[in-house]
Amino acid sequence: MRLEEFTAKFNKLPGAMPVWHGTVDATQFRTLCEQVKHDGGKLVALWGSDESPCDAGYALHVALVTAAGMLCLTLPVKAERPAYPDISDIFFGASRMQRAVADLLGLHAAGADDQRKWLRHASWPGNVHPLRKNFDGNTSFPTETDAYPFVSVSGEGVHEIPVGPVHAGTIEPGHFRFSVIGDRVLRLEERLGYKHKGIEKRFESLSLEQGAKLAGRISGDSTVAYAWAYAQAVESAAAAAPSPRALALRAVLLELERIHNHLGDLGYLGNDAALAFGFAQFWILKEEALRMNNELFGHRYLMDKIVPGGVVCDLDGPGIDRVLQLLKHLEHEVKTLKDIYDEHAGVQDRFLTTGRVTPELAAQLDLTGLPGRASGQAWDARAQFPCAPYDKLEVRMATHRNGDVAARVIVRFEEIVESIRLIRLLVKLPAGELRATVADVPENALGIGWVEGWRGEILVALHTGKNNSIRRLHPHDPSWQNWPVLEHAIIGNIVPDFPLINKSFNLSYAGQDL
Amino acid sequence: MYRIIRQIMKTGIKTEAPPQADDALRVEAQRLQEEILGHIGRALTIRHVDAGSCNGCDLEIHALNNAYYNIEGMGVRFVASPRHADMLLVTGPVSRHMEVALRRTYDAVPEPKLVIAVGDCGCGGGIFCHASGGESYASCGKVSNVIPVDVAVPGCPPTPIMLLQAILTAVASGKKSD
Repeated sequence: MRLEEFTAKFNKLPGAMPVWHGTVDATQFRTLCEQVKHDGGKLVALWGSDESPCDAGYALHVALVTAAGMLCLTLPVKAERPAYPDISDIFFGASRMQRAVADLLGLHAAGADDQRKWLRHASWPGNVHPLRKNFDGNTSFPTETDAYPFVSVSGEGVHEIPVGPVHAGTIEPGHFRFSVIGDRVLRLEERLGYKHKGIEKRFESLSLEQGAKLAGRISGDSTVAYAWAYAQAVESAAAAAPSPRALALRAVLLELERIHNHLGDLGYLGNDAALAFGFAQFWILKEEALRMNNELFGHRYLMDKIVPGGVVCDLDGPGIDRVLQLLKHLEHEVKTLKDIYDEHAGVQDRFLTTGRVTPELAAQLDLTGLPGRASGQAWDARAQFPCAPYDKLEVRMATHRNGDVAARVIVRFEEIVESIRLIRLLVKLPAGELRATVADVPENALGIGWVEGWRGEILVALHTGKNNSIRRLHPHDPSWQNWPVLEHAIIGNIVPDFPLINKSFNLSYAGQDL
Repeated sequence: MYRIIRQIMKTGIKTEAPPQADDALRVEAQRLQEEILGHIGRALTIRHVDAGSCNGCDLEIHALNNAYYNIEGMGVRFVASPRHADMLLVTGPVSRHMEVALRRTYDAVPEPKLVIAVGDCGCGGGIFCHASGGESYASCGKVSNVIPVDVAVPGCPPTPIMLLQAILTAVASGKKSD
């Protein structure tokens, strides 16, 4: 099946984003993946579902993006033989997603090189699959000893440095296994999943209305992006459309979220390059942005403001003035600080050529989101697939090709400037109700939400059940794709540069561990 | 260098800047500062453990270090090892995968030690499970299900001021000076 045949044969889902969905067989599944990769497209997410409520075994789903939009493929999988064709040879990033599907649902990628467990540690046995419908999420098991087969590097002078899960700073938990010679890193292997707290299973016990709150807590630093993607998914399943005013307000919140996260990262990146001044300055700006959020919207991180059907906040005249006043201040300060960073020899010495992912490597390994744009991977859903209100704003994507810490810093600076421009346009708010009533969703519908958060594209795939319930929900963080690339970015660098490189990616542990 | 100094001079000292919209908060921050100093004499060390949070609470712990709250200026420091810590700040429901690591970190903190459970999840398991206490196949629920807790500060996430209050409350309980 050709890509064009797929979009011609299958229906476009209702909703804000260009998404086509269809059921394919195993051959078509692999062929379409190969074509998407060949045409320069990428894998956004891979997840499985237990279809026993529909008497149909299991299903494996992938979301692929090409220049035309998103293709969502569903591959039915028989209960007697829970396996599907491996695609990790096509999409590098698929490997961990496939391993997670094996842990949580017991579907195996036939022929995959890496069949080790991923999200499962020692808290439930290997023959138990939490996302199966016959598993009660409140069951608990005695913790076993976790034996995870790390890949070991041998040779004269090679030794290992194990780090984590509890790190030296205020960082999320994860384990890093460095194989080094002297200070130079030969290999890094990540072991994540420490934060797995059963979010996907939890969604299945919630109504669509209740799910919005949980969606906003998948990765707290991206709460707006997740809440919007969740709302989009519900609205897509229900074929509902929020008012222009509600959409403009959502975009204001999303851009504010991008700004305060980028400000925080720029501060920490200065700090990690021994410029404490940078931390002090940028975190003053971040705090000022958070306080404004709290003043105008009632929450410092803007949680729970986006709901299916619209928003539960508004901006009046004085509120808009307050936003514009903050933007003016930020614009001036960020420019001053950028000049200081640019001209600071010590900082640039640490930033330049550190943690480099070349555009060729980035394309090969499916690097996405912000780090992707710093390595020539020109993807930004706001620019390429602009839904309202972005369709009127001509978002300028920030892309660079050096792929080092310095490039990831520049992308952040440029995105702050662009977000400031966008918010100035967005606060000319159109009229409209804040929250439209969302009609009941049909049973067994698929809704897709797809939002360009500050880290990259956030996807929420919703399979509806009876009476506005959630049969299956998969929230997908771009960190899934980017964590494996971080292992490559560190190769050949020195161990003390790892915190700097890691911070320049700033990936979510919570969003990946679920 | 000149530009850096100029920017520092221009920025001034935010910790004591005249309050505007956050008048109440700032007054409170200054009161807390004195009381904390009174109790701990410039030397409280904290080790943060994220035991499974959404990372929201962790953002507010980061914010404690900014110039507005300036927690280091009060003599409270975040340290890299539990061996150096007087207090653990624990965020998140405790995922089962973090249970062992949290216990080991707690055991590594020298006595006398204090523990603060941070946020709605740390206090009660939060929204990640419907069972009271927050247990599920993947979550041990609230922090006190795993290690003893001295103070619990709710909020989603608790603000930096609430975190400062919790730190004070824990220190003022007298356990440390016993």
